[in-house]
Amino acid sequence: MRRIIVGTGTCGVAAGADKVLDALGKAVVERDAADKVELGETGCIGMCFREPLVEVREPDGASVIYGDIDPEKAIRILDEHGIAGKPIEEWIVKGDAFECADDELFENQYRVVLRNCGIIDPDSIDEYIEKGGYVALKKVITESTPEEVIAEITKSGLRGRGGAGFPTGLKWKLARGNEADKKYVVCNADEGDPGAFMDRSTLEGDPHAILEGMAICAYAIGVDEGYIYCRAEYPKAVKRLIRSIGIAEERGFLGKNIMGTDFSLELHVKEGAGAFVCGEETALLRSIEGKRGMPRIRPPYPAEKGLWGKPTNINNVETYANVPWIIREGGEKFAAMGTEKSKGSKVFALAGKIVRGGLVEVPMGITINDVIQKVGGGIPGGKQPKAVQMGGPSGGCIPVELWNTPIDYDSINSTGAIMGSGGMVVMDETTCMVDVARFFLEFTQRESCGKCTFCRVGTMRMLELLERICAGEGVEGDIEKLEDLSRKVIETSLCGLGQTAPNPVLTTIEYFRDEYEAHIKEKRCPAGVCKALIRYEIIADKCIGCTLCAKKCPTDAISGERKEVHVIDQDKCTKCGVCFNVCPVDAIKVE
Amino acid sequence: METLSREIDLSVFRERFSDYDASPGQVIPLLQLAQGLFGFVNPGVFHEISRHTGVPISEIYGVTTFYAQFRLTPVGEHIIRVCHGTACHVANANSITDAIEDELGIKNGETTPDGKFTLELVSCIGCCSLAPVIMIDDDTHGRLTPDKAREVVRQYMEAPCEE
Repeated sequence: MRRIIVGTGTCGVAAGADKVLDALGKAVVERDAADKVELGETGCIGMCFREPLVEVREPDGASVIYGDIDPEKAIRILDEHGIAGKPIEEWIVKGDAFECADDELFENQYRVVLRNCGIIDPDSIDEYIEKGGYVALKKVITESTPEEVIAEITKSGLRGRGGAGFPTGLKWKLARGNEADKKYVVCNADEGDPGAFMDRSTLEGDPHAILEGMAICAYAIGVDEGYIYCRAEYPKAVKRLIRSIGIAEERGFLGKNIMGTDFSLELHVKEGAGAFVCGEETALLRSIEGKRGMPRIRPPYPAEKGLWGKPTNINNVETYANVPWIIREGGEKFAAMGTEKSKGSKVFALAGKIVRGGLVEVPMGITINDVIQKVGGGIPGGKQPKAVQMGGPSGGCIPVELWNTPIDYDSINSTGAIMGSGGMVVMDETTCMVDVARFFLEFTQRESCGKCTFCRVGTMRMLELLERICAGEGVEGDIEKLEDLSRKVIETSLCGLGQTAPNPVLTTIEYFRDEYEAHIKEKRCPAGVCKALIRYEIIADKCIGCTLCAKKCPTDAISGERKEVHVIDQDKCTKCGVCFNVCPVDAIKVE
Repeated sequence: METLSREIDLSVFRERFSDYDASPGQVIPLLQLAQGLFGFVNPGVFHEISRHTGVPISEIYGVTTFYAQFRLTPVGEHIIRVCHGTACHVANANSITDAIEDELGIKNGETTPDGKFTLELVSCIGCCSLAPVIMIDDDTHGRLTPDKAREVVRQYMEAPCEE
């Protein structure tokens, strides 16, 4: 029987996948075709820019994926391909036997973490098992000692994928070495960086991979209880985790006496409550304990004194998802990928001004340029690339001149940005870098827990300086003040939030100082973003008098007769940019 | 009237206590339960949570105000969350917020006088490749323009109340 599978990750649903699935469900009943096609769901395959996606899988496993599908198109796919067996070539975006414009997206990828995402039905443990799921867990608990498991992970060279890159094998060894009557294993699924959705897609698309990774870790360090701390903003991921834990317990992969051995593991899901600082491990643990999520001084590290004072191992979603693959395929195979100090592959969420926005997994050591230009398809609309933001609010902006930097922990750090958890937001000539710095500071300032003075007050003062510069009221010396405050916030903050909050400011000053100076000295925003420094004008030679801008202007600031040149009343204009966007002949300029 | 409705609410809340063990670790899940039931953290629940978990009311209040998720005032029937994550910001999320504020006549954090909508700006809902994005209740709407955002909001205005 042919299978028609709809991608129903959050991205797919946001683009209308639910409606597509509904329409297909009804159509199958109407056509009485339940014996010819079977409908299914899957998670995110990473082609977010083509959502909603519909895959048709032949009984022999050959498959094609159709992109940009609406309910009408879906029904044609059902009739012509699902039932009659004839693919509709012009809508295919990926297919084993077809050449597609976006094939380059997959050519440079190597999928370890995302091995099952977008392929299996995440609600089906059987499909996970079919793909080799829970083989690694069985292997370790029946054949290996905990020390051997830790040795294998150490051999793989896996480093924490949450951003800081601490060696995972060493972390486990420390947690194992601390004797206690009770220990915990914790998964950090509090993906808080704006611009990052790697963990959400993995949680939604392959939940059992994370559960299996945690179980292997629990066995290695001697733990029988664990928590997954998942942000509440991911309702689908939370539901799927809870459901998957239940199913895994029924099947004997979690719970008491797993696979008939002495090893037991009870996992709980805790929903976060919307605090970015809870991505910091000590804050996260406090939040699980039911307290305000404020970080504490380390040492002692959680491996020694963690949840409720007991030794605790914390890794993030992506780190755990790597673990079953490493055990199954061997640490050496993982270590063969990547660079000397950064092994394996890394998942990135491509977003911003990029043609193929979505989720990709590439081997470490690939250059930024290859990820953006080859995998991501470059910048849309013929615009000039300017920078890529990596590492979210803790990271920085890497200018296009440095895009030949290889992606490994140390090389990215040397640019002033950080690897981070994997958000890559691409910026082009229409992005104002001062505004970007202001944007991130606004975020970290709001999310500062308030414990350290310089993080609480210093980020506020920095934000005020940036707001002043964006408003055209910057004065000479503001850049130096920002640099000075940045240094002090970094030096006097307790946790990663404050220690890294100035990074977006420092990197934009380092690489785009001219933009800061244009704002301060010339009262000009070169990218045409900062409202106080721009004005919209109609180019008389180009205006055809179609009246569209005048109709769309929310403040009636544009006047003019049909077929005559229109004029913007600058006193009424709120610089919302609607006219600029609707003009069919590009007759509106920003200056 | 106010007292009456509060008493009824709290009994619904108490009935669910058996699912939550009596430990301090349950403070946040219980606050989440309260918000799920009432749409906001009704101050009456503090006493109940304190009795169940043994955590002082002052600490529970501190926890409530620390996390962005919790609201101490009632919200509208629909919550509109406008994403202002990095990708949405670069894709001009401000223009989406402006359009919705104009459409509804309310600002960030406010509720329309008819109690139909509450508007919130949020940091990132993880749908970056569909930027700019808004979320209305649990449904995400992506690839918006200011006009499309107005249209989406209008659909909810016209729709009859669910359940």
